[in-house]
Amino acid sequence: MVKRWERRAVKPATAARFTRGDRVRVAARPVLGHCRTPWYLRGKTGVVAAVHGPFRDPELLAYHKPGLPARVLYKVRFKQGDLWGRYLGPASDQLEADIYEHWLEPAK
Amino acid sequence: MHDPEHHHDEHEHSHGADHGHHHGPFQKDHDTGPAGAYEVLEEAIRSLLIEKGVLTAQEIAAQVDLMDSRTPALGAKVVARAWVDPGFKRRLLKDTRAALSELGIDIGTLAEFRTVENTPKVHNVIVCTLCSCYPKMLLGIPPAWYKSLAYRSRTVIDPRGVLTEFGVELPKDVEVCVHDSTADLRYLVLPMRPKGTRGWSEAELASLITRDSMIGTAVVAPPSEPASRERAAS
Repeated sequence: MVKRWERRAVKPATAARFTRGDRVRVAARPVLGHCRTPWYLRGKTGVVAAVHGPFRDPELLAYHKPGLPARVLYKVRFKQGDLWGRYLGPASDQLEADIYEHWLEPAK
Repeated sequence: MHDPEHHHDEHEHSHGADHGHHHGPFQKDHDTGPAGAYEVLEEAIRSLLIEKGVLTAQEIAAQVDLMDSRTPALGAKVVARAWVDPGFKRRLLKDTRAALSELGIDIGTLAEFRTVENTPKVHNVIVCTLCSCYPKMLLGIPPAWYKSLAYRSRTVIDPRGVLTEFGVELPKDVEVCVHDSTADLRYLVLPMRPKGTRGWSEAELASLITRDSMIGTAVVAPPSEPASRERAAS
């Protein structure tokens, strides 16, 4: 039978680096192959809205690896006005996306 | 099967007939026209998986049946329960998986679920810019537009413009929150209960709840005002 990995990992390799409320910047690095960090968020700064816990690394799962070490997944909240050159809606509009820890850096 | 390099003695057989492979007759999705490239690719991969013993045709059929059994009616049942039972709503927002299991709904282990609540101050809308992640285990197969490049790219940069095209005009003081389901979580929007439904049963409420209202591209219209009339007036 084919192995179906459960995406949620039992335990992370390390404790979560960020907590709710932390300001974080999405790394701006390019990547070859599969990754779940959209281009439009790279280099952008937001706030950790939730810590989802550890999940197997999709960048490895995509190539039939077990996806370990697991990565802590975060919900990051961005102001729409910070994402686009000219956002047409009100300044209070938000966008949230789920980003893995190895794509996040501390921000001021 | 359509590969000219494929030298099995099958040329005189029609598609789906017994041609020496291990799988049985296959019912095509569409009767008309030649198979498209992706259809050919899918069949080739499926045939290989079956021949190699990775999956059985029965397992594939069971999965198709499971997905066919999931429709927006399932999500509507969840939303209606949340509208009439504040305790359930709290649990749904806190731990969607556990709350769904109270209703006997198993969402599998391939993804985690979160429920986001629409309020008079916040309107949520779901998109997947990377592919087309969708809460299939609650809403079934996504509509074609959800998977379109236009919806996926425009919803993040101009959500209010997209919502207007769906007939949803939101005041400036309502925050629009776009959820790009980029990873292992799937999102369900808990729409607001419309006015004029006091005392309604769960089944009556569920009949008002549309698929799009659980994606966030619609609001649930009050029973006396069909969505079409609202759109015509705006």
